[in-house]
Amino acid sequence: MFEYAPAPESRSVVSIDSSYGLFIDGAFDPAKEGGTFKTVNPASEEVLAEVATAGPEDVDRAVAAARRAFGPWSALPGPERAKYLFRIARIIQERSRELAVLESLDNGKPIKESRDVDLPLVAAHFFYYAGWADKLAYAGFGPDPRPIGVAGQVIPWNFPLLMLAWKIAPALATGNTVVLKPAETTPLSALFFADVCRQAELPPGVVNIVTGAGDTGAYLVAHPDVDKVAFTGSTDVGREIARTVAGTGKRLSLELGGKAANIVFDDAPIDQAVEGIVNGIFFNQGHVCCAGSRLLVQESIFDQLMESLKRRMATLRVGDPLDKNTDIGAINSAAQLARITELSEIGGQEGAERWSPPCELPDRGFWFAPTIFTGVTQAHRIAREEIFGPVLSVLTFRTPAEAVEKANNTPYGLSAGIWTEKGSRILAVADKLRAGVVWANTFNKFDPASPFGGYKESGYGREGGRHGLEAYLA
Amino acid sequence: MRLAVRKTYKLYIGGKFPRSESGRTYVADGDNVALASRKDARDAVVAARAAQGGWAGATAYNRGQVLYRVAEMVEARRAEFTALGVPGAELDVAVDRWVWYAGWSDKIAQVAGGANPVAGPFFNISAPEPTGVVAVVAPAGLLGLVSVIAPAIVTGNTAVVLAADPQIAITLAEVFATSDVPGGVVNILTGRYAETAPWLAAHADVNALDLTGVEHPDLAAELERAAAGTLKRVIRPATGPVDFTADPGLKPMTALLETKTVWHPKGY
Repeated sequence: MFEYAPAPESRSVVSIDSSYGLFIDGAFDPAKEGGTFKTVNPASEEVLAEVATAGPEDVDRAVAAARRAFGPWSALPGPERAKYLFRIARIIQERSRELAVLESLDNGKPIKESRDVDLPLVAAHFFYYAGWADKLAYAGFGPDPRPIGVAGQVIPWNFPLLMLAWKIAPALATGNTVVLKPAETTPLSALFFADVCRQAELPPGVVNIVTGAGDTGAYLVAHPDVDKVAFTGSTDVGREIARTVAGTGKRLSLELGGKAANIVFDDAPIDQAVEGIVNGIFFNQGHVCCAGSRLLVQESIFDQLMESLKRRMATLRVGDPLDKNTDIGAINSAAQLARITELSEIGGQEGAERWSPPCELPDRGFWFAPTIFTGVTQAHRIAREEIFGPVLSVLTFRTPAEAVEKANNTPYGLSAGIWTEKGSRILAVADKLRAGVVWANTFNKFDPASPFGGYKESGYGREGGRHGLEAYLA
Repeated sequence: MRLAVRKTYKLYIGGKFPRSESGRTYVADGDNVALASRKDARDAVVAARAAQGGWAGATAYNRGQVLYRVAEMVEARRAEFTALGVPGAELDVAVDRWVWYAGWSDKIAQVAGGANPVAGPFFNISAPEPTGVVAVVAPAGLLGLVSVIAPAIVTGNTAVVLAADPQIAITLAEVFATSDVPGGVVNILTGRYAETAPWLAAHADVNALDLTGVEHPDLAAELERAAAGTLKRVIRPATGPVDFTADPGLKPMTALLETKTVWHPKGY
């Protein structure tokens, strides 16, 4: 393989302050209880900024600000609310280069993904939901849809700004106000979004951002004056949140983990399927809840497919997230790297065969080479547990019925993939899969107009599309 | 003089009318009624799970026909329900409500799903699908019962119902048994829901929990917490009295549906 010359995106388009406060009631404010934490660039371990840890008193202030703002914001005529959302969407488009670089710095994802996937989708979500703000009576949730109140939203680190958009855009369009807690390893783009809100002259208190770790999130979720909780993250934390919310009458929506089956039948177009498999598991370093982390291959094409897959994987470039040629960036944190490493070692111990292409990893930062395991059975932990990293487990099947059986053999039910040239088979298999999103002859496609969410223990509720409004309407 | 033949009200599980495996009964309004146990609840879940695939796989047209047949049979048993104390007006609404739901079987997918206009060369369609096995704590009365069972099953779910009024519920079960409703689609347990509901709420093979009939907020909260262990979908009890004669809207159905979105490339 020939080498590309380095093609780094400039960092000069983004200016990061050395420290950030909380965004409450339209102003940046240090945490009353004084704590701070550092957010680092996972590709270099360089400290990017110091960020405030919101304690109970800070969360109280943020919820109170959101409560005060709720009355006037929900009373605003739909077309006026829509215009704020349109403004936000436009500002995001205009600042998208800056936000993409920032996101890659804080998260470690390749710039080509933050630039070409995350940011366009972020803007698109605000545009999409902006248009709903004045059409809610036509959305099919009754003639007089009402906002719920103050939404407490907790989002993960894998798509920091995109998850923010998924949460905030429908909440504001429906007339709710929000207190959002970004993940502790990726707080910066949410704080930049706060600045976007200021630029858009959004009324103070409509959007509040409280940074911090799990404690801050737990306090927000349990806050008695929060009417609606929305969470995206792990199934275990989702379970805990569901317990916390039980009996309180708070509305709850959850987008949790997954262990998606990507099913390749013997008549699939191999090259396209290989691209889809690579995209399915190595996109965003595999930090994707709907990643196609279990590859189910029809036995008769196993050898051929694995050969093509390995050849393709050998061309993946792992390294500097800001390099425009990078395919796989840094693992988001040392803790996540440890989890991926641990589960991969267990995969080997349990008898699966491990393979990675030859690739040189940088010596600073958190890195993990793209990895596949073959000879995986349904009992292996790497086939059952979400690894949330660039690790693919390969299983085989003989008949469509066996493929469906294996695909559904998990407590999760977020997504699945089907690769076959036969349309009738696509429809039949899609019908039988217990998953909220099924990609046929494609994978990892997202769109604001398309509902996304899980069956079973992958959570409840849908985000995106008309369906996504329901979580924010009483 | 002729002595009347009394009926023992038994459970309804998998299309059959077994006694409680525990052998327990209790007396309700002078009738002997089966007192369901934890094991009965688990048997009912097994029956509901076994029936779920076939019922969800039946055509919507067929499910609608079956539900309409239930309405016919309830109508035919007016006298029996009246004798059990169901007021005529409530009976009318219950039959009409059942007919209303029967008509939804082949329409809910069009109302709750559809094509999504995504950017890019993709055919993208969302359709509602049943959540699976639903455990229901039913409210009192025939109308209350109908208002929780019909929306659960019209969409392809199967149900394990903890009934409040045993004679009314088991009479409705006799209607199901003679209306082409496949065995296991509706299972009815009589007894004390406070005893059986916690097992259903925590049961790993139950997908959703309808708490409409739970009267005690503390028990409702406890059941909701138990349901969190498997991330069950929960319909919470209303905070005030519910008017079951009012238009129920789509919520009772959509709360028990998942949305599946399928993406497919478009091109030559």
